[in-house]
Amino acid sequence: MPRIIFRDADGGIREVNVDAGRSVMLGATMNGVPGIDADCGGTLSCATCHVYVDEAWADRIPPVDEVENDLLENVACERAANSRLSCQILVTEDLDGITVDIPERQY
Amino acid sequence: MTGLAIVGGSYAALNVAASARQHGYAESITILTDEHELPYHRPPLSKGFLLGATDRETLPLRGEAFYRDNVINIVFGARASAVDCGASRIETTKGAFAFSKLAITTGTRARIIPIPGGDLRGVFTLRSLADADAIRAVLPGVRSVVVVGGGFIGLEMAASMAQSGVEVTVLEGLGRVLARVTGGTISGFIEREFAGHGVNLACGTAVEAFEGQNGAVRCVRTRSGQRYAADMVILAVGAEPNVELAEDLGLATAQGVVVDLCGRTANPAVFAAGDCAFGMNAFAGRSLRLESVQNATDQGKAAGAAIAGIDLPNSAVPWFWSDQFDLKLQMVGLCNGSDREVIRGSMDARKFSIFYLKRDRIVAIDSVNNASDNMLGRKLLGRPHSVSAEQVSDPDFNMRSLI
Repeated sequence: MPRIIFRDADGGIREVNVDAGRSVMLGATMNGVPGIDADCGGTLSCATCHVYVDEAWADRIPPVDEVENDLLENVACERAANSRLSCQILVTEDLDGITVDIPERQY
Repeated sequence: MTGLAIVGGSYAALNVAASARQHGYAESITILTDEHELPYHRPPLSKGFLLGATDRETLPLRGEAFYRDNVINIVFGARASAVDCGASRIETTKGAFAFSKLAITTGTRARIIPIPGGDLRGVFTLRSLADADAIRAVLPGVRSVVVVGGGFIGLEMAASMAQSGVEVTVLEGLGRVLARVTGGTISGFIEREFAGHGVNLACGTAVEAFEGQNGAVRCVRTRSGQRYAADMVILAVGAEPNVELAEDLGLATAQGVVVDLCGRTANPAVFAAGDCAFGMNAFAGRSLRLESVQNATDQGKAAGAAIAGIDLPNSAVPWFWSDQFDLKLQMVGLCNGSDREVIRGSMDARKFSIFYLKRDRIVAIDSVNNASDNMLGRKLLGRPHSVSAEQVSDPDFNMRSLI
């Protein structure tokens, strides 16, 4: 089971495991990681699962598609080059240890 | 015993509980739900879950760890039957529970209209996971379905069924689909899209009766005498708030459980949030009841904070979404009362938004496959701004400059 490491805005760290094929978002919601609201459950409608992907991992995940890009355009906290919606990052064995920062807020 | 009892087990219940804890509520919290699941995402029930693309394990809003970490108890299968605020006691099918604070998050139920034949086998409504399971169980044998009602749930069900190869008819009583929630431009666009997907859509059509054979539905007869073959009927004619408990406490009207901006009722021990709640909406500037994930979430957060003794009035701009075929429909604001519709983007390219203006202010944006406008609206609509119809329709005008 790949690990995901969440860092919150206050520097707290949470490490969770999630089945390969599941999303980073689901890793957060299923394990009670605060700060990932995920209101729409991963259907690209809400943009409340925004994360910043650690530079070491940013190039190892598929790029942003058009809808995700549209949603990120006006996301609540500032959009950065490594901004992603965590519902769109599917975890694989290769991504074991992927590290993401949770923004201060999702609204 | 003291503590918070939350009646209902969906978005509002979860958010009341989570927000109360987040704001320091230290007494026990118990969610009493008549269902048998952790609070779950409902929108997939009419879409991905129905088609088998969304699996059950991904439905919970939060996993068990969340409830454990936050010391939130859930009692499943507990249908509340009576509440006595004087005695601070609620009766349920799983026994009686004492409370010092009570949150009513009972949501809505599918509206049932008294149509002859409504009790035939094959006539369904959709509200819960159990409803979706029941529909899914028989769907493989269904050839033709009639959906009564062209609202969100009706259209989403129609689109899903059409995608699974079933012959679909939608009968809408009003003159256009989504009449209650959007303007004529979006309705017309959606109707053309559904027709393009082979869905038979009849607006202005009142249903007279469901006709059956051996106890199972076989066709739908309209008031004008037309018959539509159906081995399944989905009755999707809206929802009604579950207000019985609050009515017993004198806290509800037919429109819903009456609350203020913090989810407080007239009884200081009782709070309410979500689809069942009726109250002042800061954005709209009037009292209303909203049926949406967003409202249940935001009103739940406000009520949870109030339960912890903190005033955090709900000031959220309402927003909503619906996925039908490959159309991502997103709405922000409230279009009722607007005086002008302005299109931005390309309807031919199937990526556009309708901006609803009231004088120089945008009061709502309905987007089709155009999420950036929706996101912009969520930031902009609650803030003072001024814009002209010409600016909105000008593709070179930078809408973000208004924020």
